[in-house]
Amino acid sequence: MAADAFITETEVRGAEDGPLTDATIAVKDNISTEGIPTTCGSAMLAEYVPPYDATVVERVLDAGATIVGKTNMDEFGMGTTTETSAFGPTDNPAAPGHVPGGSSGGSAAAVADGDADLALGSDTGGSVRCPAAFCGVVGIKPTYGLVSRYGLVAYANSLEQIGPIAPTVEEAAELLDVIAGPDDRDATTRKAGADSSYADAADGDVDGLEIAIPTQLLDGAHEGVVGTFRDAVEELEDAGATTTEVSLPSLEHAVAAYYVIAMSEASSNLARFDGVRYGHSGGFDGNWNETFATARREGFGDEVVRRILLGTYALSAGYHDKYYKQAQDARAWVKQDFDEVFETADVIASPTMPVPPFELGESLDDPMTMYLADANTTPVNLADLPAISVPAGETDGLPVGLQLVGPAFGEETIVRAGSVLA
Amino acid sequence: MSEQRVDESEVEHVADLARVDLAEDDVTRFVDQFAEILEAFDSLDEVPAVDREADLTNVMRPDEERASLSQDEALANAPEHEEGQFKGPNVS
Repeated sequence: MAADAFITETEVRGAEDGPLTDATIAVKDNISTEGIPTTCGSAMLAEYVPPYDATVVERVLDAGATIVGKTNMDEFGMGTTTETSAFGPTDNPAAPGHVPGGSSGGSAAAVADGDADLALGSDTGGSVRCPAAFCGVVGIKPTYGLVSRYGLVAYANSLEQIGPIAPTVEEAAELLDVIAGPDDRDATTRKAGADSSYADAADGDVDGLEIAIPTQLLDGAHEGVVGTFRDAVEELEDAGATTTEVSLPSLEHAVAAYYVIAMSEASSNLARFDGVRYGHSGGFDGNWNETFATARREGFGDEVVRRILLGTYALSAGYHDKYYKQAQDARAWVKQDFDEVFETADVIASPTMPVPPFELGESLDDPMTMYLADANTTPVNLADLPAISVPAGETDGLPVGLQLVGPAFGEETIVRAGSVLA
Repeated sequence: MSEQRVDESEVEHVADLARVDLAEDDVTRFVDQFAEILEAFDSLDEVPAVDREADLTNVMRPDEERASLSQDEALANAPEHEEGQFKGPNVS
């Protein structure tokens, strides 16, 4: 048992009869669970116990699953390694001594190690797909609006979705069937997914499937990763798919656009943590500005402070047009580029991560290296599209993931294509 | 090391706006890291203006009363509360 995958272990039994009866599930610790601590991997919320369940938690319990624990994560979802957690790192069960990816690293590690049959993560810029790739399991980032975010502690609302992690595509799709669908407590959900049967699409039938491969997502990627990716693409071709290389120039600006937007939203979202209604208190002496500033420096780790400050900077007078407005232009450009590809292609393929898992401790002091590792995953969040990461194989004994991106609400297509590989 | 893009006083100003009490060595470290990150953000200058008129529909529900958290539940996570209200530092 990889104890370091969990921040809190528990046992909450769901309904007796349902599609997930007999399944155990691990839940990322930024998804609210009534009566069970939900820390977001932060000292700020070390003592926080939600008074209500997130919609996805209600749905997995109604479906019969047993929640076995709350999983470790980068603080508030801000990281690519799970090392920014205030509760220490999580080892990678598929590549010991390496990070499990992030920010949903504990969720992917719990599934990879067999501590849970299934897991829920959240994906703002790759946080479900990255750990799935690094731990050799399957992760799905749903179309924006397919899954309710009610009860998910917000980091960057316009980008994030809760998504499933599982050993196989079919199991991940079964969990997605349970959590997908409209929710009147999240006004961004759509009617799509109400009566979904994504799991039935895991039939491996890709005869005639058109796959586009953007050259921008291979340029600069680790050689071994690209080799493993190409071998997996060949498997898809052998099963009847055809591939074309395409150029999407907007993707070169996706990481910058993603970080400007995510940090800006984070600076606003995390303003609520002042240690008064919940969270670490800065005390009650002196001026409220100073007390809040004390609570926030003591409660937040470095990466969270970095993003709050940069987000505040990007939104401040004189810089808003240069950073935030241009990032929104880039976001629209990325969407437009993807839309054009989907006029002829069914799915877009790339390595999920351009690099194999980092060694534990390797990237912690170098934020830029960590941000650049999100080059292939962040465009999908900017464009609100669905994507799946499936195991493609290994390079030097380290897991490599293949990412398949689909058109909006095209979950069946990516499930079908992904099921060829896992 | 990249050229200094923001100086100590700008980092301190932003930290003040964001209500984060930085230590001196935090400020020095962030000045260096922000230089590198902001330089990467400069690539956004090359982005063309794109038509981004979103297709929006109103999803607001009627403003009707609904059940919500009880007062006890709402106060349960507060570090301090008094007479059914959150207790905060002096606002002055």
